[in-house]
Amino acid sequence: MKLRTTFIAPAAILMAITVLAPLAIIVVYSLLTRGAYGGVELPWTIENFTRIWDPVYGIIFLRSFWIAAVATALCLALGFPLAMFIARSGPRKNLYLSLVILPFWTSFLIRTYAWMFLLRDTGIVNTALQALRIIREPLPLLYNDGAVILGLVYGFLPFMVLPLYATLERLDPSLLEAAADLGSRPWQVLVRVTLPLCTPGIRAGAILVFVPCLGTYLTSDLLGGSKTVLIGNLVQNQFTASRDWPFGAALSLVLMAVAMVLLFAVRNRGEELL
Amino acid sequence: MPPETVLSLRRLSKEFPTHRAVTDVSLEVPRGAFFSLLGPSGCGKTTVLRMIAGFETPTSGEVWLNGQPIDALPPYQRNVNTVFQSYALFPHLTVQGNIEFGLKKGSDAINRVNEVLKQVRLEGKASRRPSELSGGERQRVALARAIVLQPEVLLLDEPLSALDPQLRKQVRSELRDLQRRVGVTFLFVTHDQEEALSMSDQIAVMNAGALEQVGTPREIYCKPRTRFVADFLGAMNWIDGIGVRPEAVSITPQGRKATVASAVYLGSFCQIQMILENGEAILAQVAPGVSFQPGQAVCVSWNSEDECRL
Amino acid sequence: MRRGLAVYAAGAYAFLHVPLLILAVFSFNSSRFAVWQGFSLQWYRAVAADSNLIEASVNSLEIAIAATLAATVLGTLAAYGLWKRGSAWLSGSMYLSLVTPEIVTGASLLALFQWIFRFAHLRLGMHTVILAHVGFSLAYVVVVVLARLRSFDRTLEEAALDLGATEFGAFHRVTLPYLAPAIAAAAMLAFTVSIDDYVITSLVAGVDSQTLPMVIYAMARRGVNPALNAVSTLVVFGLGMLIMLSERLRRT
Repeated sequence: MKLRTTFIAPAAILMAITVLAPLAIIVVYSLLTRGAYGGVELPWTIENFTRIWDPVYGIIFLRSFWIAAVATALCLALGFPLAMFIARSGPRKNLYLSLVILPFWTSFLIRTYAWMFLLRDTGIVNTALQALRIIREPLPLLYNDGAVILGLVYGFLPFMVLPLYATLERLDPSLLEAAADLGSRPWQVLVRVTLPLCTPGIRAGAILVFVPCLGTYLTSDLLGGSKTVLIGNLVQNQFTASRDWPFGAALSLVLMAVAMVLLFAVRNRGEELL
Repeated sequence: MPPETVLSLRRLSKEFPTHRAVTDVSLEVPRGAFFSLLGPSGCGKTTVLRMIAGFETPTSGEVWLNGQPIDALPPYQRNVNTVFQSYALFPHLTVQGNIEFGLKKGSDAINRVNEVLKQVRLEGKASRRPSELSGGERQRVALARAIVLQPEVLLLDEPLSALDPQLRKQVRSELRDLQRRVGVTFLFVTHDQEEALSMSDQIAVMNAGALEQVGTPREIYCKPRTRFVADFLGAMNWIDGIGVRPEAVSITPQGRKATVASAVYLGSFCQIQMILENGEAILAQVAPGVSFQPGQAVCVSWNSEDECRL
Repeated sequence: MRRGLAVYAAGAYAFLHVPLLILAVFSFNSSRFAVWQGFSLQWYRAVAADSNLIEASVNSLEIAIAATLAATVLGTLAAYGLWKRGSAWLSGSMYLSLVTPEIVTGASLLALFQWIFRFAHLRLGMHTVILAHVGFSLAYVVVVVLARLRSFDRTLEEAALDLGATEFGAFHRVTLPYLAPAIAAAAMLAFTVSIDDYVITSLVAGVDSQTLPMVIYAMARRGVNPALNAVSTLVVFGLGMLIMLSERLRRT
């Protein structure tokens, strides 16, 4: 009916301009060749894609995967007990939930900077450790993979807590009582009933964290220094300093393909977002 | 404590911040009995059940099982099992998985599961998931899951309320037969007096957190000791402070004078509402043969044995 | 287990909030170093005097407000349309928008703009940034509003039509009020996402349309700077107040 079409049309046009057209251009660029002064020119080629097979880039992909996987696992391990706490906190649920969400609503950039401030050689952590005479020289806490993982966990923990909390909240408490009634101790109830029934939330949280971590740019840039080059930094580089648009385009498409494969593999049957 | 008592509640009380749920309840449940806790919603019967199972801690009083106090034990250490009102079947496990949940691993477990599946007539459904079963089947899985652990007492929290009325009558007799065959003591919580009367060896009537009366179905129905019990177990006429059940009231040629207010035909009997000379209302349940008209003058009488004096 | 969980939660909350608190504390430190040497407002004075920073902040606010308005309106209408009719194209492209890493979104938009600029005499500037922001915020708005729509009883609209309202009237007088809290939440989400964005903005902004995140990033790149602590504290505090205020308003 006309009304519904009018409602959809503006958004559809916007999406065509800001999502579909740009991606189409990226696809086209990925098959062209790099121009002499940047930009793109003919001939058509698939060299940009075959180039990715070079071990140099392979290492970068693997490293990005590794860091994203570790960050996601840590988010899950740290986030699950927190989500459980909030779900069981009774009347103060909303307060505790907002305490998790609040830092997330402020600037991601600033929260990443906070760790720069804490971890640098003359930062709090090192100064405190030196004052307590635990170490003599400052530890190189910043500009390595560990700092990046820390920054990622810090940044994306709320993304993990929210879906976990949503699933835990909907858990029928009589199921937990039934398990105890049938002889399971609290730890066994957790492993045999709670965790299996939380799988949808775990899946959602893992995807919400892993995909952005895989394509992260800011965190590795600020906390990883020049040593940590991940896919996101690589792509950004192609579009700015290196001026190799076709290669950057090919990398982007591969990154997106990986993300979409992952999302497809773990998608929830039933509940769709859109 | 007499040897045939398996469960003993001693002055059990439970107080919540907002209200007092259970006041001073003492009960002796005989071994092997089908024992019902009957009362309206909010009377505290489910709270009593939860205190026996271990999900609520009594504010005062004790729970004794088989001569041992169990109120300090957590639910997983008590030899009682619960059939929950919502059945609480684990959705991520099959029927088999649900039933064997509380059993220790071993070949004996498989035999016991099969045996109990036969007892509740669910053979062949072992690999189904709860979502694939009907309401009645789910209830039987919940039963099987609890029975297989051979508890001293089986606690049932209104297990028939989720079934449709047709099914309920059928399941009632099945449940009773099952209890007799297996021999486990059942503690059955319900608000439906027909259920309690038809299934139980003994009934304890509760109201507003306290026990009103304990006895066999006949004792409770024919010799109620409080007004509440009398009114809760069925309709009761109160004439001059004496109680008479409608089915005991007959319309006779001689007797107290009354005028018919309404006559309702209900198939197997008629309900006749009448007003006595002194203005009190009286309800009679009579055979459907004769029809009565509003305004008709009649006489009513009853046997003195059917009178109930409190 | 409950006590263990509570202790753990305290630790987790500390982990989440202490870094920002430390940042704030040291923004009042009179020295540059990580040792407290006295209370001072000098860094805040430096921030107030930094015209570059102020201009960038104003830009960020303008962009955020414009983008939020556009995204919220378009997104609400789109969510309603999707709820009633559904559109594979629209759902698909929004899904793509959510799945695409920021780098790719930014780079692809830059490619689009540069290609357009061959024909039109335009440059990168505030308008390209706003367009980009509306683009990536739209999906968030739709997700939030659509979630709320899923719990809306369709028969309420039918009742409105039965009582004489037009299709738009039913939407306006029955559905929209129901959606109000979700629309407010979506607007908050769009606003915060826009104000904080660095990656996409840095790629599509022009020379004369610096935003606050871009300035912050440049400062951070140069190393730790107490003035940056001051800026950070102001931003976090400001946004925090805004969020709490909007929550209060939402509840009434």
